[in-house]
Amino acid sequence: MDINMIIFAGLAIVMIVSALFAVTSSKIMRATTLLLFVLFGTAGLYFMLHYNFLGAVQITVYAGGIVVLFIFAILLIGKGSVDVTQTSIRRYLAGMATALTGMALTIYLILNTGFASDKFTASGVEMKELGMALMGTDKFNYILPFEAMSILLLACTVGAIMIARKK
Amino acid sequence: MLDFTTITTAIDRFLHSALPDWAATLTECALVAVCVIAAYLVFAIVMIFMERKVCAAFQCRLGPTRVGFWGVLQVFADVFKMLIKEIIEIKDSDRILYNLAPFLVIMSSLITFSCLPFAEGLQVLDFNIGVFFIMAASSFGILGILLAGWSSSNKFSMIGAMRSGGQMISYELSMGLCILTLVVLSGTMQISEIVETQTRGWFIIRGHIPAIIAFIIYIIAGNAETNRAPFDLPEAESELTAGFHTEYSGMGFGLFYVAEFMNMFIISGIASTLFLGGWAPLYIPGLEGFNEAMCWIPGIVWFLGKTFFVIWLMMWIRWTFPRMRIDQVLVLEWKYLVPIGLLNLLIMTICVVMGWTF
Repeated sequence: MDINMIIFAGLAIVMIVSALFAVTSSKIMRATTLLLFVLFGTAGLYFMLHYNFLGAVQITVYAGGIVVLFIFAILLIGKGSVDVTQTSIRRYLAGMATALTGMALTIYLILNTGFASDKFTASGVEMKELGMALMGTDKFNYILPFEAMSILLLACTVGAIMIARKK
Repeated sequence: MLDFTTITTAIDRFLHSALPDWAATLTECALVAVCVIAAYLVFAIVMIFMERKVCAAFQCRLGPTRVGFWGVLQVFADVFKMLIKEIIEIKDSDRILYNLAPFLVIMSSLITFSCLPFAEGLQVLDFNIGVFFIMAASSFGILGILLAGWSSSNKFSMIGAMRSGGQMISYELSMGLCILTLVVLSGTMQISEIVETQTRGWFIIRGHIPAIIAFIIYIIAGNAETNRAPFDLPEAESELTAGFHTEYSGMGFGLFYVAEFMNMFIISGIASTLFLGGWAPLYIPGLEGFNEAMCWIPGIVWFLGKTFFVIWLMMWIRWTFPRMRIDQVLVLEWKYLVPIGLLNLLIMTICVVMGWTF
């Protein structure tokens, strides 16, 4: 028995169970909290593969950022204790169809992609390399997307201030 | 100096010789977890007792004196009192989230705690992204507070949780900026390497002015992150009874209480690692005999000494300054600490590029 297999099985069970409950729960606050556990599981997978930076980013951005944002939004509109009940059968069917299509597509892609798993070594990437690649101007470096992203964030901030200050 | 890796490697070898690989790794995980939780509780007990005595000293009182000699058993009496309290059920509350919330807070605090370098080789998590992982792990403790406030179905808890959310998310920013300043100086994010470089002089001395500014901002932000006075608005007792943990009784409250104290320990531990050299002994260039003598003091003594010094600083602040208003808290962060922190980062970068550091 491989230790990675045990860890993977544990994480996978946590993720699948939380994902199922997150979707089926009728209380939006519980769904958000369960979504948090799915995101933790994903971070755990990254750590298992020694992608420490990606794992830490996953926790900071999703657990510490997005989920906090969700909870704040739910609290601000004051709908935290409202039960989400599906009233129309058409919506129910549409959601079902979308989910099934997405699942079929994902399974098809997973089965038909040749993963070079024999070339994979779980050694991770040095932090220095990552920093150089993010800030480098050579080929396969990411300074332009990085800057574009910061312009996007600036635009978001300006937009948020515009909406908040509207008289 | 005593290197703890010899002990841990010996245990690792022994387990791997006695058990198959997967079982040995699982046993090690369990052993490490037990050790971390035990250390966590021991430090929590020490901290709570210290808080009572230091608070008493600042207010010219004696503090606890009745339970045990010099009041040393006071904390155990408190814990016993908490354990025999009735666990109440709140009407209209979300039971699952209500019970889950303290554990989220404790989990975040425990993961961060296990990143601290207590001595050479005595560190559980040592990633190459080190300090960034600490930031990541401490960032989701806020979720536990938000959920606790909401699931209590009490408007005072709710207000406390919202205040806490706003405050902690804001002050995380200047804390991150201070850590970044020190990362610029050290050139690495791995905690063991950061401490290793400081055996040739602590960063607060080597980084001189920008490092001292960063240290001051870090202590202010650290006080805000732990929700302690002058930033204790989330649990302002005169307005909100007890804030987000009003509706918790017994050990539910106990967990929040312990997490608050241990977050202070963690903040101080990180401060002593980044600024005061962690387990690295005092080093003065030129005085070889003195440096040799300092090396004879074990690393864990250095680390705990520095950490408790920073804790004492934070307690001093806590029992000296009056509480701020929520708008003052946010103005302090967004209009003063963040710009100063950004400027300080720039100054530090210039210093490092120009070689103006020691």
